Amino acid sequence: MALRLRVDPIACDGYGHCAEIAGELVTLDEWGYPIISDEVPRRLVEIAELAVRQCPRKALFLEKFEPRR
Amino acid sequence: MSDVLAAGELRLLAGTEQGRPLDFAGHLAIHGELSLPTKRKDDQWRSAMLGAIEASGLTGRGGAAFPTAIKLKGAMGWKKRPIVAINLMEGEPAAQKDSVLAAFAPHLVLDGAEVLGAILDAAEVVIAVARDNPGAIDSLNRAILERSGTKRSRVDLKIVSPPGRYVAGEESGLAAWLDGADARPTFRPDRPAILKVGGRRAYVENAETTADVALIARHGGQWFAGAGGGLGTALASVSGAVFESGVFEVPLGTTLGSIVARAKPRGRITGLLLGGYGGTFVGPDALDAPWSNDGLRPYGGAVGAGVIVVFDDSSCGIAEIARITQWMSHESAGQCGPCAFGLPALATDLMLAANASSSGRLENRLTGLLAAIDGRGACAHPDGVARMVRSGLRVFAADLAGHLGGRRCAASSSPTVLELPKNDEVLEWR
Ligand code: SF4
Ligand code: SF4
Repeated sequence: MALRLRVDPIACDGYGHCAEIAGELVTLDEWGYPIISDEVPRRLVEIAELAVRQCPRKALFLEKFEPRR
Repeated sequence: MSDVLAAGELRLLAGTEQGRPLDFAGHLAIHGELSLPTKRKDDQWRSAMLGAIEASGLTGRGGAAFPTAIKLKGAMGWKKRPIVAINLMEGEPAAQKDSVLAAFAPHLVLDGAEVLGAILDAAEVVIAVARDNPGAIDSLNRAILERSGTKRSRVDLKIVSPPGRYVAGEESGLAAWLDGADARPTFRPDRPAILKVGGRRAYVENAETTADVALIARHGGQWFAGAGGGLGTALASVSGAVFESGVFEVPLGTTLGSIVARAKPRGRITGLLLGGYGGTFVGPDALDAPWSNDGLRPYGGAVGAGVIVVFDDSSCGIAEIARITQWMSHESAGQCGPCAFGLPALATDLMLAANASSSGRLENRLTGLLAAIDGRGACAHPDGVARMVRSGLRVFAADLAGHLGGRRCAASSSPTVLELPKNDEVLEWR
């Protein structure tokens, strides 16, 4: 089991706060909406959790998944 | 619609050959009586019916092609009695089959709705028809009236009419509307989703699948699988560069070319859009392929909602792709950034390509935009647009290369073959 960050695209406002907090996990598209890398490496889990807590729209969440290898 | 039906064995559309809608008496004369249990939760009947649907191999005809028996089995395990919603939203503009079923064989759809309602012990069964389709609403209302008062109607059927927008026909959009919210899709982290209406779970079924259930309930699963090499028949909506667009019932596995031939193509076929506007373009080489998911897979295509749009050398493929994209971008529910901004940007760049007025690098720009929308909405609307555009640009690759080199093809100033419905000026979701 690994963790990944996901975004609810309806809730997200596209101001890109998450990319400031977790730049290694989130980049922004040309309109400012987050593009999220697939797996959250262990060393970045805390940062991912911080981004989830700090998202003003509560649009981010962490999810367990089975990575395809 | 000119030629609604043509020769061949008809099941769903049996008895409507002369363009004659079947009233209740006509329906019973063609299809016979349907026996439904007299008491609620008749377990013997329910398991027999489920067994027949399983044996039929029926898969959902709305696009996803998921086995109906498995979907039903799941829903039979729900705790509360569900809401059953029959989807006649005709979300695909190039599809006509919901309207044809509503107009010509409304009782078959209603029979199927009653069967599904009885299998699932539904608390309520609703028939959802887009409100911009008054013909279908009238026909179904008339049919319900004809049945009421006969002892054959055991399930209360109610017509509801959500706004007729492309994504409102999406399951979650429909369920959201029934639940009193706007008819926009909702975000569902897990698919298949849990759809709820008024605290109850909703079982949404497409109209053609529902009508198939009515046939299986009468004739059994083996009978159903007796056509189309075990797959049954399906309704194909053929349109575009043809003289006689219409809805044809054919056994699945019929070659694509022979289905298209019945609609009388106008010119030399250059490509076909299969499944729906969010479907896949295939080249003329696919005309030899069997019209089934297995047969179309090597070409990247699928039966989807049964849509077949024909393109010929009278129009420019790039201009056609641009127009569909523009239409689809207007139909975005505007809730998700990548869809709300990405689709109009993609449409604009495709228009530039169609007009051969690009300033270099357009191909990279298109690739980038397609990646930026694919998989990034709450519903599959942008994914479908990405699939349609990518496959279309492959089929019309030579035209694209010409356009990007500043050479417009001869047909690029002629009108497109698609008759796209007008996007509503005022967006209505309630
Ligand atoms: S912080 Fe939240 S609302 Fe803001 S861009 Fe990121 S996901 Fe969207
Ligand atoms: S992806 Fe597009 S159509 Fe789907 S919910 Fe989001 S904005 Fe609406």
